[in-house]
Amino acid sequence: MNDAKPTRFEVVAVHGLLLLAVAFAVYPLLWVVALALSPAGMQGGALPLPKDPSLANFVRVLGGGGGEKAWLFATQTFNSLVVSLATAFMAVAIATPAAYALARFKFVGQRTGMRTLLATQMFPAVASAVPLYLLLDTLHLLDTRAGLVLVYASTAVPFAIFQLRGAFLSIPVDIEEAAMVDGATRTQAFLRVVLPAARPAIAVTALFAFMSAWNEFILAATILSRESAFTLPVVLQKFVGEHDAAWGPFAAGAILVSVPVMALFYVAQRQLVSGLTAGGVKG
Amino acid sequence: MMANVGVEPRTQAAPSAGTSAGETPVPVVAEKPVRCAVRGVTKAFGTTPILRGVDLEIREGSFAVLVGSSGCGKSTLLRLVAGLEEADTGSLWLAGKDVTRLPPRDRDIAMVFQSYALYPHLTVKDNLAFGLKLRGTPAAEVASRIREASAMLGLDALLERLPKQLSGGQRQRVAMGRAIVRRPSIFLFDEPLSNLDAALRAEVRVEIRRLHDRLGATTLYVTHDQVEAMTLADTLWVMNKGLVEQKGAPLEVYERPCTRFVATFLGSPQMNMESGVLVTKDGATYAEGGGLSVKVDEDRFGSALTRGRKVEIGVRPHDFVPARSGAAACSLKVEIVEALGFEAFAHGWLRASGPRIIARLDAEEARRVKTGDTLPLAVDPTKVHLFDPETGRALDAE
Repeated sequence: MNDAKPTRFEVVAVHGLLLLAVAFAVYPLLWVVALALSPAGMQGGALPLPKDPSLANFVRVLGGGGGEKAWLFATQTFNSLVVSLATAFMAVAIATPAAYALARFKFVGQRTGMRTLLATQMFPAVASAVPLYLLLDTLHLLDTRAGLVLVYASTAVPFAIFQLRGAFLSIPVDIEEAAMVDGATRTQAFLRVVLPAARPAIAVTALFAFMSAWNEFILAATILSRESAFTLPVVLQKFVGEHDAAWGPFAAGAILVSVPVMALFYVAQRQLVSGLTAGGVKG
Repeated sequence: MMANVGVEPRTQAAPSAGTSAGETPVPVVAEKPVRCAVRGVTKAFGTTPILRGVDLEIREGSFAVLVGSSGCGKSTLLRLVAGLEEADTGSLWLAGKDVTRLPPRDRDIAMVFQSYALYPHLTVKDNLAFGLKLRGTPAAEVASRIREASAMLGLDALLERLPKQLSGGQRQRVAMGRAIVRRPSIFLFDEPLSNLDAALRAEVRVEIRRLHDRLGATTLYVTHDQVEAMTLADTLWVMNKGLVEQKGAPLEVYERPCTRFVATFLGSPQMNMESGVLVTKDGATYAEGGGLSVKVDEDRFGSALTRGRKVEIGVRPHDFVPARSGAAACSLKVEIVEALGFEAFAHGWLRASGPRIIARLDAEEARRVKTGDTLPLAVDPTKVHLFDPETGRALDAE
């Protein structure tokens, strides 16, 4: 049995180790925060301490200078939000029925389909940057949010199908059959029983798709050239130019960009901690 | 024979809620119990045949149990009746209507799954209401049926809980409740007790039979557990390798198994088997072999008893009795005695090269027997079963 109480030494050692790990993870983040709060540059030394702390960098990023720049950051945030939400929506809307079919039905091309989807995951997205650029050009979708969403969906959908297929496979067929015996059509069984049972997985999939779109830089930088069409990662990159690097505004921008993702994680954590299907069938 | 203790006489086709059943209200019985028939059904998965021409007839309101070892096709047959699988050939009839091609929802059946299959995201109450709501039952009716079923099964305190907050036994009761509220024309049970511990299983088994006697609905119950099969069934259908091997009242099947498979499948410990041959001694027919020499019931086997015929001799452990001097059918060399308190089983062999033999002993008698003893045993001729070694069929069923 493994229920012996840990000794005092073990407790101290484990906590010491954990503190070290936390420090290791948090140290760079503290630097970002310190940089963002130090418009006049940092103090020297290894400790991330701001010099004359102020929010000037945040004001600058948010367009505090007035004029047309004032709305630019808001527009760019809106771009990011729309593109990420649309990507998440497309990923879930297309992948859910596809994954269900792949998990539950036997049909010609099922295995080949799965392998093809897997194959698409083997190439880095950047490898398709040029063909995607040319395609969007032909479709007159360069520099548009719709174009970017299409590009993101092309990688988000296959990944989402994989994730959701796994989730559907883990949902017992019995509960669908019970629903059908109870009077449901297959569609009703899917909508009323399977979908609610898969809700945590769908939430996680949507969150992943949202985050990957929210954080994506290379394709966005390739496809977007108009400043008002930029998404936030592209905006951030512009702070670090060829000749000078505005690290303060960059750090402030990085914090602003992280906030929505952190908020989403906070809201979705209950869904992320799965286990909703527990208890439906024997445990 | 059956565990129908305290069963009230039921009036069939009484479509209003009765109140005479003691502590809980009797829910409305199935509108009218229906007859269920399976005719010449075959089913294969890929190239593996699962059902090889099954005929089944369950009369209105009766409790039929399909029993057999795993892989015999009993669950597949139940799923065919439910409409969850399609038969390759043959037909299924409910209430005189051909339902072979109907989807499950149009068959007016309710099923209790082995895994219970409760909807994980719905409370107990919503689990019960699910089927009724789908069928557009008015809310007041839904509520009243849930009340009835909940009272019958003792679910009142659980109605607001999610399945994951229930114990195995509670989930099982919810699964039964979900079937009951529907008032289907036939209940299907797919090994509903196999996930419960032994004590609970015995309790729920009696409960299921009691519910059946109250509701009067036609029931088809699948199990591999012979105790469930023996205690629950009005009619027992023993399946083997995709075919019905024998059907009949449970005791009838137990006492007159028509094949070696049925004989060894029913009964615990299972029937002892010895190879032997028929001989005539003092004008009577005996089966002899492997250290066994038993007189056989000539009335039962009749003309099948030809001298010199090779047979498999079957004797249940419970049918061995200690022999008075000189009347022993065999001598058991005892290897081990399993004492269960109220009875005991002596394991051993009649001849060193022969198969292992088990004989039941009284608890008192077992105290006197120890390893290495030789125990003279006798058998009543009416308890001796004879099978053809080639076909496996009982000599009286050929």
